[in-house]
Amino acid sequence: MSKNGPIALVYHTLFVTFMLAPILVVCFVAFTPEGYLSFPTDRWSLRWFYAIGRYPEFISAFWRSLWLGALSSAIAVAFSVPAALAIGRHRFRGRDAMTALFMSPLMIPHVVLGIAFLRFFTELGLGGTFVGLVLAHIVIVLPFALRLTLASAVGLDRSIEHAAISLGASDGTVLRRITLPLVLPGLVSGWALAFINSFDEVTMTVFIAAPGTETLPVRMFLYIQDNIDPLVTSVSAVVIAVTVAALIVLDRAYGLERLLVGRSVDGR
Amino acid sequence: MKSTPYLLSLPALLLFGAIVVIPLVMTVLLSFHDWGQYKGIEPVFILKNWHEVFTDSYFLEMFGRTFRIAFFVTLFAALLGAPEAYILNRMKSPWRGLFLLVILGPLLISVVARTLGWALLFGGNSGLINKALTSMGLISAPLPFMFTETGVIVALTHVLMPYMVLAVWAALQRLDPQVENAAVALGAGPFTVLRRIVLPQVMPGILSGAIIVFALAASAFATPAIIGGRRLKVASTLAYDEFLNTLNWPLGAAVAVLLLVALVAIVVGASRLVERRYAQVFG
Repeated sequence: MSKNGPIALVYHTLFVTFMLAPILVVCFVAFTPEGYLSFPTDRWSLRWFYAIGRYPEFISAFWRSLWLGALSSAIAVAFSVPAALAIGRHRFRGRDAMTALFMSPLMIPHVVLGIAFLRFFTELGLGGTFVGLVLAHIVIVLPFALRLTLASAVGLDRSIEHAAISLGASDGTVLRRITLPLVLPGLVSGWALAFINSFDEVTMTVFIAAPGTETLPVRMFLYIQDNIDPLVTSVSAVVIAVTVAALIVLDRAYGLERLLVGRSVDGR
Repeated sequence: MKSTPYLLSLPALLLFGAIVVIPLVMTVLLSFHDWGQYKGIEPVFILKNWHEVFTDSYFLEMFGRTFRIAFFVTLFAALLGAPEAYILNRMKSPWRGLFLLVILGPLLISVVARTLGWALLFGGNSGLINKALTSMGLISAPLPFMFTETGVIVALTHVLMPYMVLAVWAALQRLDPQVENAAVALGAGPFTVLRRIVLPQVMPGILSGAIIVFALAASAFATPAIIGGRRLKVASTLAYDEFLNTLNWPLGAAVAVLLLVALVAIVVGASRLVERRYAQVFG
């Protein structure tokens, strides 16, 4: 592999600066002591992190987002596993159409989904409820859960199951003792990717969340619409820290590139 | 058993039928309903909203802006992201993985937090970017970024860049380095190798990245809402306004359905073209 020249490295440095600048500036401003936006500064304080405690709507939105992400991702995985086994291991009529349907939330603009859910849930009397949020989030994170469970279902070695059957295991035992443990890594990383996507979703959720059921990104969005002050930067810094932590864990456990591209950096 | 795959996928099929297909059909129907300030939504079948969307120049301007922004975001993402993916691919092992994480990681960080970062960098006339550009002597007067299309394009390019790098990166992984080596051995200069060997082979990756970036840029909401403000409307922020401020749901539904139909047409059409163009190469 040939090396990058100096021009390439300068370009690379500028590119990485471009990608990181807005994220770093949020984190820096979060540590400023003034009551207004002041950057650059040479004094640092945790004042705005303590200030989050005085805004219960941010705290409750944070916990709501956490529960919503955990719950909807778990349910999405539960729906994905049988569907992934069907799509990954059988050839049947309507298979491609079905896959396209399950992946469609990636293609449909989230504004359109938000509008559709708002209308639908209002008719059902679920408008602005947590149940409505969970149902909507199951749909939008299911493609992520399905993609990773599908990848592990396809890569499954069928001969292990055949061996278990020939040794006298029943269908239930094979599923419980062989199949599920083998797809478990895909299942866990599918859940994690689904969780991150649910935790960050704002466009669709802003339509269906009511004042009592706002998620953290929705709360932050509505707050920024009114005014931008250091408080919202410290909330954002916390969100960034949580995501980066999850990202590092995910990268170590599964490989970020495999997660996003479907292949690992060095070989298979 | 023949019915096994159907039984296995039945729960997910029922779920999607109930809470994806039905709501979408309802939204299409909603766009044909009537609405009045005092009477609310009337479930009749009229073309009023569609007529308004297609004839009122306000909507034409707004859709024009939406797709203009999406076009420039796609262009800049391709021009800046493809070379970076190539440089990244030539890096050595620890750096490669590290910088891939740094560049793709932002994809998973809240879009509200990333856009807030741009709002801080732009920040009116005293924003950091203008200070930097002025001190470098590149500009004499501060450039307006907040509440302008330029600002929305810069911020959206940043938000969607990882998708482009990802698509080009995936295409680069399929490249056989022996072909490059063969070209060099036959006397080709580095520029010729790039233009005649690498670029034609990663073009499908660039194009598929462009399709994803275009679709996401045209339907982006949080970034144009925060950077563009209340006056610089795009399709999704206008639909939001109709639904949650004006409360004219049928008109908002018409805007959203039109956005969906236009995007599906563009994405499907472009994918077909790309597949046909490169069928010979990768068939």
